[in-house]
Amino acid sequence: MRITLRINDNELRAEIAPGATLLETLRANGYTSVKDGCANGDCGTCAVLLDGRAAASCLLFAAQAEGKEITTIEGLAGADEAYHPLQQTMLDAGGVQCGYCIPGMILTASDLLALNPSPTRADIAEYLVGNLCRCTGYVKQIDAIEMAAAILSEGAIDG
Amino acid sequence: MADKFNVVGISAHRVDGRGLVTGKPVFVDDLPKHPGLLHVALLTSPHAHARITSIDTRAAEQVEGIALVLDHRNTPHRRYTTAGQGYPEPSPYDSRMFDTKVRWVGDRVAAVAADTLESAERALGLIEVDYEMLDPVLSIDEALADGAPVIHDEDDALDVWDAERNISAHMVASAGDAEKGLAESDVVVEVTTETHYAQHAPLEPHVVSTFLDEQGRLVIVSSTQVPFHVRRIIGRLLDVPVHGIRVIKPRIGGGFGVKQEVLIEDLPSLVTLRTGRPAQMVYTREQEFISSRTRHPMRIRVRLGAKDDGTLHALAMDVLSNTGAYGTHGLTVLSNVGSKTLPLYNKAPHVSFRGDAVYTNLPVGGAYRGYGATQGYFPLETAVDRLAGELGMDALEWRSLNHIREGETSPIFVALGEGREGVEQTITSCELDECIRLGAERIGWSEKRGKREREGSKVHGVGMSVHMQGSGIPMIDMGAATIKMNDDGSFNLLVGATDLGTGSDTILAQIAAEVLAVPLESVIVTSSDTDITPFDVGAYASSTTYVSGMAVQKAAEEVREQILEVAALMLEADPGELELVDERVVAGDDRSVSLANIGIRTLYGVEQQQIGATASFVPELSPPPFLASFCEVAVDESTGRVDVLRYVAAIDCGTAINPKLAEGQLEGAIANGIGFALFEEMIFDAEGHPKTPDFARYKIPGPMDMPELETILVDSYEPTGPMGAKSVSEIGINAPIPTIANAIYDATGVWLTETPFTPERVWRALNG
Repeated sequence: MRITLRINDNELRAEIAPGATLLETLRANGYTSVKDGCANGDCGTCAVLLDGRAAASCLLFAAQAEGKEITTIEGLAGADEAYHPLQQTMLDAGGVQCGYCIPGMILTASDLLALNPSPTRADIAEYLVGNLCRCTGYVKQIDAIEMAAAILSEGAIDG
Repeated sequence: MADKFNVVGISAHRVDGRGLVTGKPVFVDDLPKHPGLLHVALLTSPHAHARITSIDTRAAEQVEGIALVLDHRNTPHRRYTTAGQGYPEPSPYDSRMFDTKVRWVGDRVAAVAADTLESAERALGLIEVDYEMLDPVLSIDEALADGAPVIHDEDDALDVWDAERNISAHMVASAGDAEKGLAESDVVVEVTTETHYAQHAPLEPHVVSTFLDEQGRLVIVSSTQVPFHVRRIIGRLLDVPVHGIRVIKPRIGGGFGVKQEVLIEDLPSLVTLRTGRPAQMVYTREQEFISSRTRHPMRIRVRLGAKDDGTLHALAMDVLSNTGAYGTHGLTVLSNVGSKTLPLYNKAPHVSFRGDAVYTNLPVGGAYRGYGATQGYFPLETAVDRLAGELGMDALEWRSLNHIREGETSPIFVALGEGREGVEQTITSCELDECIRLGAERIGWSEKRGKREREGSKVHGVGMSVHMQGSGIPMIDMGAATIKMNDDGSFNLLVGATDLGTGSDTILAQIAAEVLAVPLESVIVTSSDTDITPFDVGAYASSTTYVSGMAVQKAAEEVREQILEVAALMLEADPGELELVDERVVAGDDRSVSLANIGIRTLYGVEQQQIGATASFVPELSPPPFLASFCEVAVDESTGRVDVLRYVAAIDCGTAINPKLAEGQLEGAIANGIGFALFEEMIFDAEGHPKTPDFARYKIPGPMDMPELETILVDSYEPTGPMGAKSVSEIGINAPIPTIANAIYDATGVWLTETPFTPERVWRALNG
């Protein structure tokens, strides 16, 4: 079947098998930042934003994403910036080790910060409960999200 | 000491950070696919112990798009080990690519290569296999019982200790006479612990992609920790000379030891060699749980004997390790149960170690961060708390009296190495007392220990334990580095060392930048490509910072000398009076020349030459990092649930080359250790079938499972290490089990001797 997806402000027309998941479709079309860590909805490495909200792309048929705005990590930073604040603070705080969980982690965190601009550490841990990381123990990733929240809030006040 | 450095000791961004946070295609499965790619899928055994009497692959071969079906009838029969170790390997050659016998649920039966993964999977379902069922051996006791089924009854396995009795490996070591020492002791305690099956669970599964390059050479792109060992082992297995193979490791999504195994490289490699087509194989998450490697479950008895004054007099450790269906890492993990623990309490004149690794029809043990020390510290550090209690001493006081110190040695360093005798060594740095002092202060030891504060059904306790590990394998490991200078005064650093997410590319670049007096951005790192980078054994045994780091430092020092010689000509000065400072060579007076000018002169000007050097390093020592670990728990006596409320880990890792990365290693190791201590567990049914092959049933810590965790890097300097550094990566994972067990005792007065400390297990212990 043919579908049309809107990904990072670009239109993608793709021929897919009816049962193809959004994860498979994204990866097959070059969006390899979306990871396949378990294909079972348990690990969060395949998270993308659908209309701004984090979703496990391995649990969705590609066809279910038609008509929605899909954001992957490639589309997170503005066109004129090197990094989104979450990408910058993840490096500043030392929240990246192997990096395999990072795209899903950052996208889920950006969803959180849109809903709650100044979360506590407990709020962050609760919102990221579906994003597993085996390397870091989460300490510095939560540091990074707190730091990004502060930067974004400041920007909102200044702006 | 770190303040004398400019680039070392700084928490610089990872050199690979940009690609990782922006989602660039840096992992094996993200790289562009070669046209004509074949997908390889694996058929695994549904039985724990059976002989394959026939395989019929005719229907599978008729599936559209099938290129090749592999099984024991058309693959090499030579025995090897998948351990991914140096040569000669200390693991038995007891594996085949495909055997006529299956030895655990998840063992290989056949593989299919097809145009699409769907075709490959459809074909797998059409393979008809007849099995002759054999009695499965599902525990250490069953394996050692009289008349037990013999798991390795083949006649061509090499270096199995006693196949008839299912004993894969055996190790003894001693100093003095432990039995006599125990008899002479005033106080003796004995502890026997059982630890369980656990999985590494890197978020990226094993993935390998293969193709033939323009000259027909086999290229293997693998999520491996050991690219040079992969080249050697695959070459030998598939009859390809080393010069016919190139192994490349791009970014990899975590390893923790499981990617030291040469687990799947052989299958796509053989497919590519047979068909000429590119091939790729990716383990599913279920295969990652079922057909991969695990932490060896162990039963360990520790006996400690002390004199009335608290001095340790005798220390005996007896180990039974379950190595599962194959003996990969069986001997060396077994050895390290003792070699990484017993020297910590070096005051005892009488020490003995004895251990066997036994085969069972359960998943295969392998290298897993901690590598035996994780299992060994549970009985040792809980026995120490019991002994201190019997002596009427505080747990901190007893440890301070008995632990090893700078300038001291232990006879165990010589008596017990990795699968053989060890190497004599004297401790050249040890800040364990400071680790204990700072950790105790941060957890509130003196206010909280023994108080058993209650809130409802919950009772609080604090516990601690101390640890050492090593930094590489002395006189065995080797790392090498090449550095060459460019015409803008930047440098290429080529290392065989393998960054599996640890940040080793970054810290090796920091070491080079420090010696060469340039900013980190001026060092471009290329790592882990057997065609391009010099040899390195790879990432295991906490070796990279110490071993590969010293190779980098030596290479950088040689390059610095070459730079100074050229600068001496340019400045008409004596090389001895020149210094490298801030990207310039400066003489004692005001004369100086920039590295860029030296670079352009040597490549394009007079006396043209490539400034560059390759250096190797083989360690004579393995200086241990030290750790003091503390936690506070709340034990719910009505349900048995244990909540770790706070965790403090204070480490002496020598100089932290990159403090944030060092803390991250410790935090991640503690997190994995907490999961192993409290809930991560592979469970099997009565026939040996796994019941926990996904993240829903095999729970690894998520962000809400973590306590408030504080890590402290204690000021320390290892004189034999690069810029004063020792290792940091493994040690933390050993700490949570004994630390939490000791805290549970402090809260409840009950000792736990079996892991993991699930609510049910704790409740049963509390209720007798």
